Amino acid sequence: MVALSVKDLAAAYRKNVVLHDVSFEIKAGTLTGIVGPNGAGKSTLIKSLLGLHPILSGSVSFFGSPLEKVKKRIGYVPQRGSVDWDFPTDALDVVTMGLYGQIGWLKWPSKRHRQKALEALDKMGMADYAQRQISQLSGGQQQRVFLARALVQDADLYFMDEPLAGVDAATEKAIMITLQELKAKGKTVLVVHHDLETVEDYFDHVLLLNRTVIAHGKTEEVFTPELIAKTYGGRLKLTKEGMGYGHLVKQ
Amino acid sequence: MSYTAWILLTASLVGLTCGLVGTLLILRRMAMMADAISHTVLLGIVIAFLATRSLHGIHMLVGAALAGLLTAFLVQWLHARGVREDASMGVVFTTLFAIGVILIATQVGNAHLDVEHALMGEIIFIPFNVTQLPVVGEVPLATLTLLIVTILVIALILLFYKEWKITSFDPALAASLGIPVGLMHYLFMTMVSVTAVASFDAVGAIMVVAMLITPAAAAYLWTDQLRIMFVLSGLFGVLAAFIGYYTAVWLDTSVSGSMAFATGLIFLVSILLSPKYGLLGKRLRPAQGEVK
Repeated sequence: MVALSVKDLAAAYRKNVVLHDVSFEIKAGTLTGIVGPNGAGKSTLIKSLLGLHPILSGSVSFFGSPLEKVKKRIGYVPQRGSVDWDFPTDALDVVTMGLYGQIGWLKWPSKRHRQKALEALDKMGMADYAQRQISQLSGGQQQRVFLARALVQDADLYFMDEPLAGVDAATEKAIMITLQELKAKGKTVLVVHHDLETVEDYFDHVLLLNRTVIAHGKTEEVFTPELIAKTYGGRLKLTKEGMGYGHLVKQ
Repeated sequence: MSYTAWILLTASLVGLTCGLVGTLLILRRMAMMADAISHTVLLGIVIAFLATRSLHGIHMLVGAALAGLLTAFLVQWLHARGVREDASMGVVFTTLFAIGVILIATQVGNAHLDVEHALMGEIIFIPFNVTQLPVVGEVPLATLTLLIVTILVIALILLFYKEWKITSFDPALAASLGIPVGLMHYLFMTMVSVTAVASFDAVGAIMVVAMLITPAAAAYLWTDQLRIMFVLSGLFGVLAAFIGYYTAVWLDTSVSGSMAFATGLIFLVSILLSPKYGLLGKRLRPAQGEVK
């Protein structure tokens, strides 16, 4: 089954076209890494798909339906830096926000909702921090809170914008285990990822992006030195000393 | 009720409603929008007056709401076309305000609407302009308007509490969940405009900015919880009303000026003493770092 289908998508910031002729299909139950250099339009792609950034042209469908009909089946984890962590709220409250769409208008979150949020926090190893003000969490802990918030949404298709950026090793492991579990449950996950060294270990599919789709497919077929070099232009040099095949260094 | 009691009640209502609306202004990082809207509501009032030849409650509220929405819309419109947000705000509100001033000077003449009154307000005249209500009897018109607006503001905050929270904290997530972020923005701008114009008679267009921003900024320093921030901010607003009134009586000076000054005092005390962020608190426990 196709979870996400994108045809000829184009998007711009002001007058600069940042994405053009973007077409791809994501199969349900896959874990895809979206990889490309800074300014390649990775975040813009996610935002455009979710209707958070206007698109110039093209069409997007989720499970064969337009976005409006399937919003409840889609989960989104924005970049950690996109929110104000000094906001007066605690970790449990942030996770509960993931349920606001289901709770509906004019209703307050109930005990059952808070329980669900607590379970998600527990799953991310954050139960002890439920009442902690969010500014007093470390970067990794904040990212776990965001992941827990995505989990309570119980979506079928997840978009995550750099969930592994600036987190500690333990958090990175916890997040990757969670993503693998989501995949095992038949969920579809798209992750914007910046660390080329871990792509092969983490993702079964890769979407190489630089303003348009350079290549998309199974990791072992697509994540090749030639295609990576093509994605990053001349700005990458492949090194093979010591670390083995595929180890890349930014110049 | 006595003359003093009416003034204190009116000033307290200004403090309360501005404190509540101000909390959202601070958290949505829109403090400067309060400045813009407090000026452009003048245009709304003048146009409402020209259209109806009346300065009574409901006309002013509708005029202000429309002016506020127009401001929010124009700022957004220019911003979407590549003008920086602060610059587009500065262009829009000064222009609309200037149109309001010109209209007062040329069209309104000697009606009970002058620039000085609009800027500074005159709370001491409020008890003289009364209206008759069943059961309670004579009530100053401005106080009644404020009471209605305060109830409206409290109701809207409670009804959409979780929507205010999520659209303030993480608008991108809110939008992805299907919560109408844009609609909430314009509803909020309407609330700011209506609050500003209801406070107009009492404190005027300039001082209302102090009432909107400063108590909320002070409350932000005392708590990590949104609901407590709302309550504290409203209380600080009321406290500023009392301190301001008695200071004005004592020094024989402007009530609105003293109220704005009192909000500044409360903020100063907060930034010195608040346990978490206060300068004194930091001095008292220098080594004990927060868990990072």
